[in-house]
Amino acid sequence: MISPLIFEPERPGSKDIAWCPGCGNFGIRNILRSAFAELNLRPQDVVIISGIGQAAKMPHYINVNGYHTLHGRSIPIATAVKAANPSLTVIAEGGDGDMYAEGGNHLLHAIRRNPDITVLVHDNQIYGLTKGQASPTTMLGMKTPTQPWGVFEEPFNPIALAIALDASFVARTFMGYFKESVEIIKKAIQHKGLAIVDIFHPCVSFNKVNTYEWYREHTYWMKDHNPYDREEAFKRAIESDPLPLGVFYIHEKPTFEELVPAYKRDKTPLWQRRPKLEEIRKILEGKKTF
Amino acid sequence: MVEFKEDVSIVLGGAAGQGIQTVEEILTRVLKLSGYNVYANKEYMSRVRGGINTTEIRVSSKKVRAFVRRINILIPFKRGVLPWVEKRLTENTVVLGEKENVEEEYLSKVNFVEVPLNEMAKEVGSPLYLNTIAAGVVVGLFHGDFEALEEYLRKRFGSKGEEVVLKNIEAARKGYELGVKLCEKGTIGIEVKRDENVKKEVLLSGTEAVALGAVAGGMNFLSFYPMSPSTGVAVFSAQHAEDFEIIVEQVEDEIAAINMALGAWFAGARGMVTTSGGGFALMSEALSLAGMAENPVVIHLAQRPGPATGLPTRTMQGDLNLVLYSGHGEFPRIILAPGSIEDAFYLTAEAFNLADKYQVPVIILTDQYFVDTYYNLPELDLSKIKVEKYIVESDEDYKRYKLTEDGISPRSIPGYGKGVVVANGNEHDEWGDITEDEELSRLMQEKRAIKKLETIRKNAMMPELIGREDAKYVIVAWGSTYHVIREALEVLNREDIAFLHFKWVYPLPEKVKGLLEGKVIIDIEQNVTAQFAELLKKEFGVEVHHKILKYDGRPFSVEEILDALKGVLE
Repeated sequence: MISPLIFEPERPGSKDIAWCPGCGNFGIRNILRSAFAELNLRPQDVVIISGIGQAAKMPHYINVNGYHTLHGRSIPIATAVKAANPSLTVIAEGGDGDMYAEGGNHLLHAIRRNPDITVLVHDNQIYGLTKGQASPTTMLGMKTPTQPWGVFEEPFNPIALAIALDASFVARTFMGYFKESVEIIKKAIQHKGLAIVDIFHPCVSFNKVNTYEWYREHTYWMKDHNPYDREEAFKRAIESDPLPLGVFYIHEKPTFEELVPAYKRDKTPLWQRRPKLEEIRKILEGKKTF
Repeated sequence: MVEFKEDVSIVLGGAAGQGIQTVEEILTRVLKLSGYNVYANKEYMSRVRGGINTTEIRVSSKKVRAFVRRINILIPFKRGVLPWVEKRLTENTVVLGEKENVEEEYLSKVNFVEVPLNEMAKEVGSPLYLNTIAAGVVVGLFHGDFEALEEYLRKRFGSKGEEVVLKNIEAARKGYELGVKLCEKGTIGIEVKRDENVKKEVLLSGTEAVALGAVAGGMNFLSFYPMSPSTGVAVFSAQHAEDFEIIVEQVEDEIAAINMALGAWFAGARGMVTTSGGGFALMSEALSLAGMAENPVVIHLAQRPGPATGLPTRTMQGDLNLVLYSGHGEFPRIILAPGSIEDAFYLTAEAFNLADKYQVPVIILTDQYFVDTYYNLPELDLSKIKVEKYIVESDEDYKRYKLTEDGISPRSIPGYGKGVVVANGNEHDEWGDITEDEELSRLMQEKRAIKKLETIRKNAMMPELIGREDAKYVIVAWGSTYHVIREALEVLNREDIAFLHFKWVYPLPEKVKGLLEGKVIIDIEQNVTAQFAELLKKEFGVEVHHKILKYDGRPFSVEEILDALKGVLE
């Protein structure tokens, strides 16, 4: 196994970390480094496409290829990166606002499209970077600066949604469980097809309800759960307290990259290809007649 | 007897779903194979059934490539067509077809030649053959190559069985014989020269030229959401995706489309989106990301009249300002607007090299008129297309945004070299990490919006000058109005009027100013506010003297340009 330390970036701009002391994002970063190392991935083979938010700053604090993009747009970008070069390990990463609010439509259609990428959602049930507004996963009744009367919108259930849409791989973890989280992330990366991992983590500055203790008390690890049983997976997904952790659902199926015409005969990544001028010639020849 | 010489404009008019497209296809293909130059363009309503759609086909001795208002021969397939095209009728217009399709009040105004299409179709066996008969009549009028017509019908209906093929050939022959007879009887006289070389030429539309140009330029990833009139490029690409071995993906919305194209380029592929104004509006956030992250991307925008849904199937050049100013913040971009089908092919191919080289969004502006126009043209020269790639291998300390003299940082991609690539939509340092440093923020803004822009400007393409450099008058125009203005100028035949056509619209090279100074400038555009004239003023402080504008969703005709020019020329 290679050392997780090679994923520590040496760039000058990667040292001044913008996360609060005690933030769950640190834990997730360490989980990622270990998962990459245990999978023997090299920094140049991994790409993290992130959206916007505190979670989305990950590419600056971990030594892999990164693209810190727009709020909600990491999934389509990551989909195309993987399609352009299937030899890369591609991760779309962001928070609950990024993936479930601004990028919700992309998530739905990525499930349908099934690219072989891993979607990591740092789910702290609050907006951190914009300072404490409710997110799609904020619990009912929580008072925030912009919902002073308490949140009344039904919280988004990403796990149930993903299973309902027959996503290829659906899991949830809490970053406070290091070893288990490393295993889940490894499985997600190794899974061929779209893998969604909802990662609970506390926001120490703006979410005073869902703390480290709260997550320990209100979650449990699924044992003897068959992730190939969709109905069983859905039953688990709608449990609310305690919330199940682990791999809910797996459905192996062909990926986007396997289905597009570009790779039917030729596996060369797109960037190494030349245009098929002879095909253009053929078409132009046809345009001389009918 | 009504006679037409050298150049005949034929208009087919009918409801959506009536099959006039079949007639158009037969006529353009078969007449070209008979040695005639052909040009075609259509105007249609945003509906799947009913309404009135028309197609203009020009058949000519010389190459003509522009829309004309006049109709020489009109074939109405339903009532209502004549009122719809009323302004285009002259006392010379011949109307061919069923009496029931011609409103009485027009019978005295045009030369009506009754052709009992329904009855003839019944004789062949079914009303289904009406279109083939109509096509046969026109091919007959031109004494076109009947074998070519037969061969076309075999190809077109071959999958439906020999019976259908034979019936169609019979229908075509009936029509053809009638067409020949109309000439022999002296009802209609047509004198258009044929040219053997035309037979070997290609018949290509704006849509096809954009798509083929893109593929020739290395496009291997096309993401889009359907929107008229841009969808044709996606349809064509998808139909040939297996042969080209490219990805063509219809996605959930235009936001996903452009973000995917950005991702494709980030990983080293060549991505494009095809859209119209409304779809492009949704892309403006990602356009800004492309500017900040210096992420190349190619955008084909086929314009239609806005605002909002506007006229979905009609034409306008109203989105120049949209693409010029779209996206928050300040960053460079390149705007191209082909004037001819050849331009569409070569320029779209080149757009990919430009995007790769300068790491900016490159926007190709066409419009409904342009994408739906087609004509015969000499073979395209594929050896002229060079796919220039600017991707470098990364080293261990790779800086994605290295500060350079010309504002261009060598671009590497993930997985190519020892280093990692960090791109960023936040303001960043040279490595791509977030910065809030005063000095760096200033340097990075200048790198993008000043240095890079100037590098592009220095290498920008000059407009094409048609006419004398010392002419008193100069017409300025961009994009799809190229041929209509050229034809009008040929008719005018005056030495004191020149034409500057801009297919490279932005950024404009400085030398352009010299071509405008001291001239009487006539701006011709298809929009309300003369957006290109505004750009010339902004870039060079030059004011145009006359504006010829059109914004009713219809293309300029040669006659219209002529009339307007006569109004401003001494």
